[in-house]
Amino acid sequence: MNTHNKPSNFSRRNLLKTGGALVISVGLPVSLDTVLAVRTAYAQGAKPPLVPNELASYIAVNTDGSVTAYFGKMDMGQGLFVAIGQIVAEELDVPFKSVTVLMGDTANSVNQGGASGSTGIQLGGKQMRMAAAEARRVLVEMAAEKLALPADQLTVTDGVVHAKSDTAKKISYADLIGGRYFNVQLDWNKQTGNTLYAPGKAQPKKPSEYKIVGQPIHREDIAPKVYAIEDFVTDIKVPGMVHGRMIRPPVAGSVPVKIDESSISQFKGAKVVWDKGFLGVVAEHEWDAIQAVEKLKVEWSAVTPPFPEQSTLFDHIRKAPVRKREVEKPVGNVEEAFKTAAKVVEAEYEWPFQSHASMGPACALVEIKPDGNVTCWTGSQKSHFVREGVALTLGIPLDKVRAIWVPGPGSYGRNDADDVAGDAAVLAKAVGKPVRLQYSREQGTAWDPKGPASIHKVRAAIDASGQVIAYEFVSKAFSRVDVNTNGSQPHDTLTGQSLGVALKSGDGFGVPAESYAFANKLTAWETIPPLLDRTSPLRTSHLRDPVGPQIHFASESFMDEVAATLNLDPIEFRLRHVKDPRDIAVIKAAAEKAGWQARPSPRKDQTGNKVSGRGMAYSQRNGTRVAIVAEVDIDRRTGKIWARKFTVAHDCGLVINPDGLTKTVEGNIVQGVSRTLWEEVKFDRNGVTSIDWATYPILDITETPESVDVVIINRPTVDASGGGEPSIRPLAAAIANAIFDATGVRIRRVPFSPDRVKAALS
Amino acid sequence: MRISKEDAVSQKFSLNVNGKAHTVDADPDMPLLYALRNDIGLNNPHFGCGLAQCGACTVHLDGQPIRSCVTPLSAVGTGKVVTLAGLGTPEKPHPVQVAYVEEQVPQCGYCINGWIMTAAAFLETKKKPSEDEIKQALEGLKCRCGTHLSILRAVKRAATMMG
Ligand code: FES
Ligand code: FES
Repeated sequence: MNTHNKPSNFSRRNLLKTGGALVISVGLPVSLDTVLAVRTAYAQGAKPPLVPNELASYIAVNTDGSVTAYFGKMDMGQGLFVAIGQIVAEELDVPFKSVTVLMGDTANSVNQGGASGSTGIQLGGKQMRMAAAEARRVLVEMAAEKLALPADQLTVTDGVVHAKSDTAKKISYADLIGGRYFNVQLDWNKQTGNTLYAPGKAQPKKPSEYKIVGQPIHREDIAPKVYAIEDFVTDIKVPGMVHGRMIRPPVAGSVPVKIDESSISQFKGAKVVWDKGFLGVVAEHEWDAIQAVEKLKVEWSAVTPPFPEQSTLFDHIRKAPVRKREVEKPVGNVEEAFKTAAKVVEAEYEWPFQSHASMGPACALVEIKPDGNVTCWTGSQKSHFVREGVALTLGIPLDKVRAIWVPGPGSYGRNDADDVAGDAAVLAKAVGKPVRLQYSREQGTAWDPKGPASIHKVRAAIDASGQVIAYEFVSKAFSRVDVNTNGSQPHDTLTGQSLGVALKSGDGFGVPAESYAFANKLTAWETIPPLLDRTSPLRTSHLRDPVGPQIHFASESFMDEVAATLNLDPIEFRLRHVKDPRDIAVIKAAAEKAGWQARPSPRKDQTGNKVSGRGMAYSQRNGTRVAIVAEVDIDRRTGKIWARKFTVAHDCGLVINPDGLTKTVEGNIVQGVSRTLWEEVKFDRNGVTSIDWATYPILDITETPESVDVVIINRPTVDASGGGEPSIRPLAAAIANAIFDATGVRIRRVPFSPDRVKAALS
Repeated sequence: MRISKEDAVSQKFSLNVNGKAHTVDADPDMPLLYALRNDIGLNNPHFGCGLAQCGACTVHLDGQPIRSCVTPLSAVGTGKVVTLAGLGTPEKPHPVQVAYVEEQVPQCGYCINGWIMTAAAFLETKKKPSEDEIKQALEGLKCRCGTHLSILRAVKRAATMMG
């Protein structure tokens, strides 16, 4: 088997081999007497069960005094593990370098929800902070016993507990517990996933005491990638492994009715695995498996093409029955207020289906051992849920399955990684060999779960004095969760669905997250049924900030439209109505850094084909606030937009690592520019026709913004909220508002591709 | 996607990869990518598209960046193949690799072969390139995580190092 170094293992070698082992190996044998000699019995030689209320499930001190943190979330490439290491090192008072963070292996971490909703620091970090603080408290108590000094006269420096008055009176963490396990119960809230919380008795440090948290510490996983040392999930191999490929129907919803297995007999070890709608091949060599997919003769059932013409998508949404309507906290009486309006501003906005289109199609390797134990190497953001999904799919107990997360192609929500794990498990069971399955590019783009398409109807009532007296915002859309955000249930994976488990589409969308105070205000959403009730290439799920870009493209474009109607500067208009002080602060910070000149949009001083404009937009997201000023150049003849400059003010409370946060925001902005300018899943009546990078273009390097200036507002006394997703939220509106400023033309449908812009301008 | 001829017979190929000789017994139409990954055990480069659209599989063939996912074994001949692992090591790094680490470029890093191998070959031929020239040289490569700004910073830094 190939080894796979976990991020922090690169520059230092653990004395304890933790990488692939089930548990930390125990150092020198420890007699029961020794353990009991510690009055509180805080340490023990045998590993306690891996449950959320055991401190040992999160923190271990190795024989050399280094610390291993077991994290039930994982880093999707933004350096989350660095921030977690900082938090753990800070609370334990050990050097940052001595902490190794292991992520997403179900054999040594509890289910903290995986990568989910930008909660890596917000919720995952909070739990790791409490665990590390409790570990320090316990270690100091153990030291008090050994040194025969009261605990309150002790302090810790670099993993050594010593008397405050006399540093010679000391004992190290390594001597106290190194190689043994904490035997300490935590106060668990009985929840698993994102909301898992299990503090101990310790109080964590005050932010004013932080020395490691807040530092711009670099990632150590860059060098292994750059020197091709680290393996990705696509690189894992086990002896006897064969290669799998899946085959999807040419018309969504159809299933194989006849298969001629002899059509691939020329390939070594070629086998067909067919069960209802599930169709895959395996072969000894990867290239053979790829060719076998092309060669296999398959007859498909005749079905009615399930999708509308793409050109009618938004009409389809308008006319579709409403499955669920939810109104969020209405204020006043909007209907009555509109009756008294002197003027009404109305607009409708549209957002297409979008694909994760991860850099590589998803891959998983599943090995079923003769004793029935199953290992699944997965790139999924949520390996603990993959474990559940694999167990249910194979019909075996959960404790027979171990899922090991290995970094894969970037994932921005619920992409195709959860499906490929289930498919690989079915193939492995069918052929009785370990199967490595990677999807094709076509499957990675056409068959991943999609970000939902939507329309948004917005109106505002303005009285005779120019005041906004009422505001109404209603989204009508495909649900954000045709399939859930993880692969724990067969009805949520292509695997389960193709084996005949019906799709269970849930209902969910959202409303704008802002603090505009209008006397009468109503925000609501409506969901419509999915286009196909089973294996669908247009099923929806979470794509980076699941419905945020859609909603705030509409709501923040509309605020600009109202400002323009009132002939007000867009920022001045916002500041008149935004009430939250942190919202006001991010808006002002972005404006100041960008050198915003107050005036109404559009500007009227440009002639010729090359014009420029600036626009702003802002939003909240689960505690985080972001304001963006966009500056764009437009070529009126070609319709081509260069999103040239962004100024992003970002407030996510306490900042753990400003360097990591800045890079995360930068990448999120570039990805957001891509989604705004280029991305739209194309389909016809039969299926998705966006199948590669030519048919699903993304932002090219030649279109890179000149600069993304990130202004971080650090609030050490405010709990950290998320940084991975919020900045993509107001981005499309900031660009749309800048286009309006430059041209006086309002574009209300994403993406702003050259054709569409050119048509709008002519 | 390339399809092999009906009765493709496997052949022996002698490949020179990262300065070492390897013999691979395979279908002449099989792309070099699979020989590197599965027969020679060089896990970089990566499969991203198999269509020459993304660059994840990029290696050097006699100093030129090629997309190994569409380069049949039969076309490699005696050319010298260099992969990312052969470009430099932590002990003897290539300037683009050094710059990539210093600028903390990748997020997931799955795209890395395309950018580093293309930039390294470009900077051999072009000293002190302008930002626009760098962008043109890298046109068409993909990074889904959106690390474009970091990539450009790193290539500029490497260009300075390479004088
Ligand atoms: S994998 Fe070769 S160019 Fe995409
Ligand atoms: S870093 Fe993820 S695709 Fe480039």
